Amino acid sequence: MKRATWVRGLVVIGFILLLEALCRWGVIGRMTMIPPSEMAVQLWKLLQSGRYNADILQTLGNVLAAFVAAVVGGFLIGSILHALPRVRRAIDPFLATYYAIPFFAFYPLMVVIFGLNAAPIILIGFLFGVVAMIINTMNGLDRIPRVLVKTARVNGLGPLRTAWLIKLPSAAPQLFTGVKLAIAYCFIGVIAAEFIMSTSGLGYSIAYAFNNFDNRSMYALMLFIITLVTIINAFFHVWERRIMARRGM
Amino acid sequence: MRQLLDSLLVVVALVAVWQGLHWFAGDIAIASPGATAERAATLLGSASFWGHFAETFAALGYALVIAVLGGMTIGMLLGLHRLSGEVAEPILVSLYSLPKITLYPLILLIFGLGMSAKVAFGAIHGIIPVAIFTLGAVRTIAPVYFKTARVLQLSRRQLVASVIIPAAVPELVSGLRVGFSLTLLGVLIGEMFASQRGLGFLVMNAIGTLDVPTMMAVVLLLAVVAILISAGLLYLDRRLHHRVA
Amino acid sequence: MGGSVIDMTTGQHGRGLAREAGPGAGMGEVHAELRQVKRIYPGTNGGGVHALGPVDLDLARGEFYSVVGPSGCGKSTLLDVLAGLSAPTEGSILFEGREVAGKVPPGIGVVFQEDAAFPWLTVEDNIAFGLRRAGTDAAEVERRVSYAIGFMGLKDFSRAYPAQLSGGMRQRVCIARTLVMQPRLILLDEPFGALDAQTRLLMGDELLKLWRETGATVMLITHALDEAAMLSDRIGVMSARPGRLIADIRTHWPRERDSRIAAEESFGAITSRLWGLLRDESVKATGMSERAR
Repeated sequence: MKRATWVRGLVVIGFILLLEALCRWGVIGRMTMIPPSEMAVQLWKLLQSGRYNADILQTLGNVLAAFVAAVVGGFLIGSILHALPRVRRAIDPFLATYYAIPFFAFYPLMVVIFGLNAAPIILIGFLFGVVAMIINTMNGLDRIPRVLVKTARVNGLGPLRTAWLIKLPSAAPQLFTGVKLAIAYCFIGVIAAEFIMSTSGLGYSIAYAFNNFDNRSMYALMLFIITLVTIINAFFHVWERRIMARRGM
Repeated sequence: MRQLLDSLLVVVALVAVWQGLHWFAGDIAIASPGATAERAATLLGSASFWGHFAETFAALGYALVIAVLGGMTIGMLLGLHRLSGEVAEPILVSLYSLPKITLYPLILLIFGLGMSAKVAFGAIHGIIPVAIFTLGAVRTIAPVYFKTARVLQLSRRQLVASVIIPAAVPELVSGLRVGFSLTLLGVLIGEMFASQRGLGFLVMNAIGTLDVPTMMAVVLLLAVVAILISAGLLYLDRRLHHRVA
Repeated sequence: MGGSVIDMTTGQHGRGLAREAGPGAGMGEVHAELRQVKRIYPGTNGGGVHALGPVDLDLARGEFYSVVGPSGCGKSTLLDVLAGLSAPTEGSILFEGREVAGKVPPGIGVVFQEDAAFPWLTVEDNIAFGLRRAGTDAAEVERRVSYAIGFMGLKDFSRAYPAQLSGGMRQRVCIARTLVMQPRLILLDEPFGALDAQTRLLMGDELLKLWRETGATVMLITHALDEAAMLSDRIGVMSARPGRLIADIRTHWPRERDSRIAAEESFGAITSRLWGLLRDESVKATGMSERAR
């Protein structure tokens, strides 16, 4: 295992142990936070009891839907914009300042159009993630070295085959970055939307637990999300390293 | 020039879509551009609005100071040693993708309701991307600059001030852009719950009382300010990267 | 450990000279010396990469010395170690009688292969950079900088940024930045590698001018045999990795020289001699088929 990997492992474990110690010794009060070990135990109990299973599945489903839509949609929009430079330049400043706008406020509008179901939540997740994918798609397509495209032409490849065999693999690292960011943003969007404005799902469950002073459930769920995000990120991290290593980066 | 006109065209298109949505969905969901503009003008004339505005932007200011100074320090310290940079990057990225809203109850429990919770919430949103970008910036400084500094007998302080910081500035500004947007978002979300003051509260309140025009007007004003500041930073970003390219 | 010393004007071979004198001494006092220097890079799996050595080398004060060798042989490592940018795993380095180990001593200037001009400073500010950090007073800075700008032909570009200049001009900025510090030993690591052939030749002439002006000792690392043959008083030939000095060739050129020295007969002899020594090492280094022989 690489040195950095096990140092990182030690740092994380050390941090968790520190929190555990601070909680046990009362430096961090019980009303504020329960010890990590208790969080883990509580989480295990909750998962076993199945009380939150529906919510978990719902949230995961929402995230997945938003993610797929964001990646596919973002890729398509990014490719189209890349091919229409004038339109791209006109839209560029808006893309760059996109995240400064709070779109939560449009939730009521979405409810009216789609109804009080999963659609507005997925839509918010999608809106969060799609722009990251668009920007990275455009950057990736930008960076394809001209010489590769020329090589394709010299070898008589048509536009579709060029796109599939040359452009896509060449832009892959940047596209991958877009995918990584998209999953992160979709997750954030969905959970935040559920937290603020929903009546079901993980985000809602945490808010509910908080409002009812149910610290134990709340922290168990928070732990669940943290663990889930870490696993997803680790997966992407390892995958990315493989791709980059092959390219000598 | 042409680009400016094109961008204006995009704005016109957006307003047209807005109007269309209004016809489709009705007053209960979305106010027309006209009604929103009218309400925005009223708000701009009212003192209480400015009170809320000041509250939000004061919180934003404090949160930004913490996020920027904190993030840059963390990023720089981690970036200067190869091992710490490698160790820290995935951790920071994981923290970045964590929905910070899940930490919200914890923040409230620590800080209680009010300004400090808002500032904390904004700061945790912004500090991570600033740290990530700073880390990236410092790590990718060309090694030959460090060697040059050693040959020219620079002290540690001179190295940081006259080589590392200037070399990292373009990336730092990119980090600032993202950090600004996210910090603002964090402050607004914070206000939506834990406050009786601020623009986020105004939005939430308007949603609660089904006062759609006010809600849209506040969002519009927020969006305009945020876009202007963000565009300013973007301009700076482009200028700096251009010089280096 | 001596390699053969070849006197290019008489064509006579000599055995490696006696240990006390070391290869290449006899042109003046010794300015810098390396003794049994080895550099082994720590490997990721416990084994190390033996990049350089053992190397013995004396640099005489004021001489122009070049090192040629196949790619990857450790030439840059040699320069790094001599400059104090990296510490030797074994052996010792002395500069002006003092030990050098991992810290760059004052009085040494280095011009790197990569573009080291700071993109956020103008040409003028780049050149003045080292002097200003050292606290030199403004009048002196002004004097030295404008002299260097004139000397390196950068007068029309003093307010420009490096991004607006060609590769050759950026290297000139780096050389000027080194020049104003008035170093006594100048090390150059393939400084003209990124330039086209004509620019290279012209820059070679500039380098010679610089050498004569400053009276500094110069060590040039290069893979271009003609460049080494044209510019140097003495050329060290390095083997494939781990790099060791396997030959030492004297050119006996007059001090006042430029690229037109290529017209001399002995130039051809020197270059072919270098290639004769280097060819096998290069084949080893690049792993190309022996059938090319």
